[in-house]
Amino acid sequence: MTPLFVLTPRPFVSPLRRVLTPVCALAAALAIGGVIVALLGRSPAAAFRVFLVEPLTDPWAAQEVLLKATPLVLIATGLLFCFRASRWNIGAEGQFLVGGLCGGGIAILTHGMTGAWILPAMMLAGACGGLAYAALPALLRVRFGISEILTSLMLVYVADLLLDYLVRGPWRDPKGFNFPQSVAFSDAALLHPLLEGGRLHAGMILALAAALAAALVFRRTLFGFAIAASGEAPRAANFAGFNEGRITILVFLISGALAGLAGVIEVAGQVGQLRPGFGQGLGFTAIIVAFLGRLSPLGAVLAALVIAVLLIGAESAQVSLKLPLDLARFFMGLLLICILLGESLERYRIRFRRAEKERPA
Amino acid sequence: MAPRVELVGITRRFGALTANAGVDLTLESGVIHALLGENGAGKSTLVKILYGLLQPDAGEIRIDGRPVRFDSPRAARAAGIGMVFQHFSLFEDFTALENIAVSIPGAVADRRLRARVAAKAAEFGLAIDLDRPVHSLSAGERQRIEILRALMLDPRVLVLDEPTSVLTPAETELLFRTIEAVARAGAAVLFISHKLEEVRRLCSAATILRAGRVVARVDPRATPAKALASLMVGTGIADLRAAPAHALGAPVLVVEGLSVAPEGAHGIALERLDLAVRAGEIVAIAGVAGNGQSEFYAALSGEAGAVRAGRIAIAGLDVTRAGINARRRAGAAFVPEARLGQATLPQASLAENVALSWHATEDLGQPLLDRGRLGAIAQAVIGAFDVRPAAPAAPAAALSGGNLQKYIVGREIAREPALIVIDQPSWGVDARAATHIRQTLIDLAGRGAAILVITQDLDEALDLADRIAVMRGGRLSVPIPARGASRETIGMMMTGAPAAEAVPA
Repeated sequence: MTPLFVLTPRPFVSPLRRVLTPVCALAAALAIGGVIVALLGRSPAAAFRVFLVEPLTDPWAAQEVLLKATPLVLIATGLLFCFRASRWNIGAEGQFLVGGLCGGGIAILTHGMTGAWILPAMMLAGACGGLAYAALPALLRVRFGISEILTSLMLVYVADLLLDYLVRGPWRDPKGFNFPQSVAFSDAALLHPLLEGGRLHAGMILALAAALAAALVFRRTLFGFAIAASGEAPRAANFAGFNEGRITILVFLISGALAGLAGVIEVAGQVGQLRPGFGQGLGFTAIIVAFLGRLSPLGAVLAALVIAVLLIGAESAQVSLKLPLDLARFFMGLLLICILLGESLERYRIRFRRAEKERPA
Repeated sequence: MAPRVELVGITRRFGALTANAGVDLTLESGVIHALLGENGAGKSTLVKILYGLLQPDAGEIRIDGRPVRFDSPRAARAAGIGMVFQHFSLFEDFTALENIAVSIPGAVADRRLRARVAAKAAEFGLAIDLDRPVHSLSAGERQRIEILRALMLDPRVLVLDEPTSVLTPAETELLFRTIEAVARAGAAVLFISHKLEEVRRLCSAATILRAGRVVARVDPRATPAKALASLMVGTGIADLRAAPAHALGAPVLVVEGLSVAPEGAHGIALERLDLAVRAGEIVAIAGVAGNGQSEFYAALSGEAGAVRAGRIAIAGLDVTRAGINARRRAGAAFVPEARLGQATLPQASLAENVALSWHATEDLGQPLLDRGRLGAIAQAVIGAFDVRPAAPAAPAAALSGGNLQKYIVGREIAREPALIVIDQPSWGVDARAATHIRQTLIDLAGRGAAILVITQDLDEALDLADRIAVMRGGRLSVPIPARGASRETIGMMMTGAPAAEAVPA
């Protein structure tokens, strides 16, 4: 059977097209999402306002957007190291949870104590925890050739169950009425707002600094060049003598450390204790952020803001429009599909086939 | 009577580049027609249009006078276009017969098909063992399967793209006899080659393309090779200048009893290779493609190869187990066969690509790369080798094959190596760039570097080298002096005759 159309590579991809691709993907996802909202019997215009406009115009919601974007930027920045090297760390959620657990563990151990060292110690523990947890799939790949996609993903569920066990078992708050959660962290173990009365904390600055540092590494260092070579042309990386195994391990360690750091920032900033589900799937959402930002650190910052707006918008849409919260997840899946499709159309042109012409006998 | 195939006013653009501009090509029944042109002249585009892989922006294809349109190679095959590409598309684990069966709609590899195929093979003098799996066959045998596969569909036109590049001189003779039989049987033949002497022997018509346009239609039998080359390039090509007489120094590259395990199921094992290349000397490794040359290159550069026995020394340093960067630090430079994706990172700029090999021996800036320095090195290479576009910021992928190869060779030579190992220095490079690269190597040897060239192009080996060794089935012959060696002698070495008897030492 002759296919209806074929994809032919474009010889040149203009810079304009590269910028337009994520914009068009977002627009297409919004259009499809609008149709779904209409099918659910709500006004797409109202949904658009609640999802995308109000989170930016309302001062309280705008702060929430920045808070939500913070872990996304950190995790996505780490993922960029992997994805640019074509190493597929799908388990940032697990590294995020383990980071939160390790940092939270310090908070629980030091409960009631004071000291300026507690918060930095938590951050260090969280980063190390995420790093160690990411080292597992990296080592399995380098040593035994096992697909890091599967192992990193499966380790997410292990981390999830570990968290569940700890907050129901050894780390459960004895005065918590049997709720599966740890004690509320002491003051010394919490990230405090930067401004009186506000909610924003230092995590945002750390996230931005990480993104800037990543941009510098990618653009200006030999290590960044080695990552690009390893991802785009492994034979060129081999010719340059860049060690494939070492790059695999390094990008996973960096990715895991940043995801772990994001985990600490989340529990010490937003949550204030350990409880099941504090991850909220942010480690998976960050994959979308990385791709929506075209694998660039500054793009990831912008993409994280877009996604955070959607997440906050979904929360208020649930209240004001009675739209299911899962709609936001659905929409992000839709967005990812649109981005991947857009990237294909950026590199390939669709050529529809006409019916086969008469052939000479 | 209308000609068998006419291409009329074929135009095809890729973005800003016009690959074919109003090309007319007429192929007559029974005539072997050559299509000549440098790399990038538009030969491949034209052939892809004829075979339905590309659609023209303007122009028409006529077969026996009737206009046709090909949406796919299938439609082209159905209309009688037979195609033999330079790179084979055969299933390695299938037999020859099975490979032929899969290409004939509705056929199965049974006894009836076997009889038909055998009869066709006999008719055109194609010697093939139909029951051997393809992975055990030589390049020449594989090509015969491809030709037979095309002939099974009784083509009106047979197109052969650079068919002799993988053949020994003797195999080339066999191929020519087959092509002549195909023409005698009434088909038109389009023969694409850059080996002008072959074209002059085989073809009675030639169309020459330059920059996408037809610049001449000549009878190649009546046109000297030098004149054909000038038509292709547009100007005359300079002859190579020999390096001033210089004494050879101590061996810089020493290979002793090197055996390397084969890589993958169909890789070639290297068996007890011995070779020494002295300072100031150019040694060429000739041989038919796929006889272990790639494996030898990779073992020398350290990019691949599990050494089972023997040793490799560079400038007196044992590097048998060392990585490529340790070998670079010992004074070596390497130019691999694949220019994009191995010798360069396609999307990175020429300046950034300097770091690929230079980082081994130079501090290019810590922690931030010194972009000014990388740009200056790239600029110097561009200037010395006339690389176009002359922009260090241009991505490697934007360069033509010839310009990219000049950049890569220039980048490695600018490191002032004591030894340079080059795999296929001018494969697919236009004549002028090839001459430039060869001249550079000769000059480098004159300055005292040891040079090892691995090449499938026998003329290149004879032009360049002081000594030539032949690689065959993973073994290396004893090098013979290039001066006085004839194509026939080396051709015999390629097919297995011992060199010592044929050549006085």
